[in-house]
Amino acid sequence: MDTRFSPDDIAFRDEVRAFFKHAYDAELQARLADKATFKDAVVDWQKRLFEQGWIAPNWPVEYGGTGWSPTQKYIYESERAAHGIRDVVPFGLQMVAPVIYTFGNDEQKARFLPRILRSDDWWCQGYSEPGSGSDLASLKTKAVLDGDDYVVNGAKIWTTYAQYADWIFCLVRTNNEGKKQEGITFLLIDMKSPGIKVNPIVSIDNHHSLNEVEFNDVRVPVANRIGEQDKGWTYAKALLAHERTTIAGVADSKRGLEMVRQEAAAEVNGGQRLLDDSLFRKRLSNIEIELMALEFTELRVLATVASGGAPGAESSLLKIKGTEIQQAIQELRMDLAAYYQGVLPNALSAEQLGHAFGSAARQSFMYGRAATVYGGSNEVQKNIIAKAVLGL
Amino acid sequence: MNFDFTEEQSMLRDSVARYVQDSYDFETRRTIADSQAGMSAQQWQTFAELGWLSVPFAEEYGGFGGGPVDTMLLMEEFGKGLVLEPYLATVLLFGALLQRGGNQALADEYLPKIIEGSCQGAFAYLERQSRFELRDVKTRASNDGEGYRLNGEKVVVFNGANADALIVSARTAGEQADAEGISLFLVPASAAGVVVTPFKQMDGQTVANITLDNVAVPATALIGEAGGALALIEPVVQSAVVALAAEALGIMAQLNAKTLEYTKTRKQFGVAIGSFQALQHRMVDTFMAYEQTKSLLYRAVCELEEGADSAATTAHALKAMVDRAGKLIYGEAIQLHGGMGLTDELDIGHYAKRLMMINATFGNGDYHQGRFDALRYA
Repeated sequence: MDTRFSPDDIAFRDEVRAFFKHAYDAELQARLADKATFKDAVVDWQKRLFEQGWIAPNWPVEYGGTGWSPTQKYIYESERAAHGIRDVVPFGLQMVAPVIYTFGNDEQKARFLPRILRSDDWWCQGYSEPGSGSDLASLKTKAVLDGDDYVVNGAKIWTTYAQYADWIFCLVRTNNEGKKQEGITFLLIDMKSPGIKVNPIVSIDNHHSLNEVEFNDVRVPVANRIGEQDKGWTYAKALLAHERTTIAGVADSKRGLEMVRQEAAAEVNGGQRLLDDSLFRKRLSNIEIELMALEFTELRVLATVASGGAPGAESSLLKIKGTEIQQAIQELRMDLAAYYQGVLPNALSAEQLGHAFGSAARQSFMYGRAATVYGGSNEVQKNIIAKAVLGL
Repeated sequence: MNFDFTEEQSMLRDSVARYVQDSYDFETRRTIADSQAGMSAQQWQTFAELGWLSVPFAEEYGGFGGGPVDTMLLMEEFGKGLVLEPYLATVLLFGALLQRGGNQALADEYLPKIIEGSCQGAFAYLERQSRFELRDVKTRASNDGEGYRLNGEKVVVFNGANADALIVSARTAGEQADAEGISLFLVPASAAGVVVTPFKQMDGQTVANITLDNVAVPATALIGEAGGALALIEPVVQSAVVALAAEALGIMAQLNAKTLEYTKTRKQFGVAIGSFQALQHRMVDTFMAYEQTKSLLYRAVCELEEGADSAATTAHALKAMVDRAGKLIYGEAIQLHGGMGLTDELDIGHYAKRLMMINATFGNGDYHQGRFDALRYA
């Protein structure tokens, strides 16, 4: 066992730091913060990462991955989060791409992967439906073969950034016989196809990132089907392990916790710093201790994967623990903000208010409720662990 | 970065695991626990023959030269078998203090004897009032020109009833809770004025209260610098805390595995109770608590081995987590075993009791979290 950084690792860390400092500039940050320029700014940032060769650390090298060691991946993630840099939009790079390079044909790989790498296409995910949440396999959006096309009818929901998307990857029903998991097909659908309608959903944080996507007689070429008809569930399931590890958000939680620690050193109650309040401290360290452990759980998973093993039992808890920690940090920060948790965005400047973080704290607290719901609710994750790991 | 064990480390772990499985079954363990000594001299001799008593000692003493990873693997397997023999007291406390203490003559004399299994040791640090504060020492050692005279009382001394020699913390200067002024002395158990009162603890171990009535030791019995012993005690205890966490992890593994197995076989309402979601989710919680504890243990062990600045902070975090995870895991194990979980016959309660004692040893979860907070949020 050895977790020390080698001189090469330290050189790599310095290189990453220097790049982030230089490339993630103030102008870009301002554009990311502005709703009107957000999408273009995200694409610009991802293109900078592509040019640097760092856009897809988890892809195999032959498709454009970095070939980094687990330590390098860990360093990169830690530095990214420590610099307050948003992670890449996951739907193309982290969700559909692994399905395409694992199960797609050569033509699909050539057609989609380079565009995903360059962020030329914005992807969104069409899994959940109004009637199919945790019971995802009960999905009803129907695809019927008609010549060289599937004709798709139905609706997907909770589709993040569908309003920006060029493409959507969908699970659709192609067979009603037998087990519900066995009649599902994985389709890649052009969002410009006639018959697609995107209906915005304003979420609890007063933002619009979620949508409902309707499909009315949408024609999708058979060439856009991944693998075989009726086998889509298998492909989708295989990528869930990828999703679970990225969803834990350990590096971002470390930064979040450090921000709370700093804010708690500045906030006072009756002249006493919140950081010196033993009850507050204990809540802070309850989270920090779990996070210190989770960081090593993630490293254990990375090390196993790097040595050719499959993510083991320990990977399944990353999603549950990671999201619980995210929410605990958000909750603590709300309590720290006290009255100012109610401040709406752009109400007054921080100077006029005499307070800086309440509005942002609420924003992440409110949207943060989604973390234990999406990617398979934490309760469903527990069912999966009970079955797959504990053999119950 | 890797979490692999060397070939030697894997062999050590396998040898302990095999031994515990073949020669330390629950009935054997029960017989030892019921004995007056609370340990088996015969088992101890076998430990010596297998080389386990040499693990953390340097080669110059005939040791194996192992590090925290080796100790972790050994203690984890001991935990799985609820091994009663005083590895912590003799090797990891008494032996480690001598190895680090800087009194070469005493190290040369005692460490080879520990390794060959012919000497039992104990570290007498605790006093009635001191609870978890290692610096809270009232026992006095006064310099009488030729040597020292020790007066005071030590309590709950692990292996105190079996020890041939004790290392005793005593004040040569300062007031009760001062960090400065504590010294360590080697005291033969047979020395005049040493009175040992043994008693049993719920985990089967025999401990002792020890009074020191004007006990005379020569100046050469002093281990380390006079008055500066806290700096020697703290790192030894920190390593012991990590080793205890490894023992706890082994116990947690057993409790989870046994509980899982039970819920797969125990039938109620015509089905295995493990088919109930309410129970499944609780077992997922205990599984996660175990994995998280393992991760933090690995972190603490790596930092200890690498001499990282954060090693002390992480050891505090680990002890806090062991407390929390331990309570969850033994609590669920007893609950899910139903009435059977409440019997003395089943091993579940015995694993639980050892976890409870580990939680109390060298500071419980609240104490260590307080120390963690003080270091992190100053």
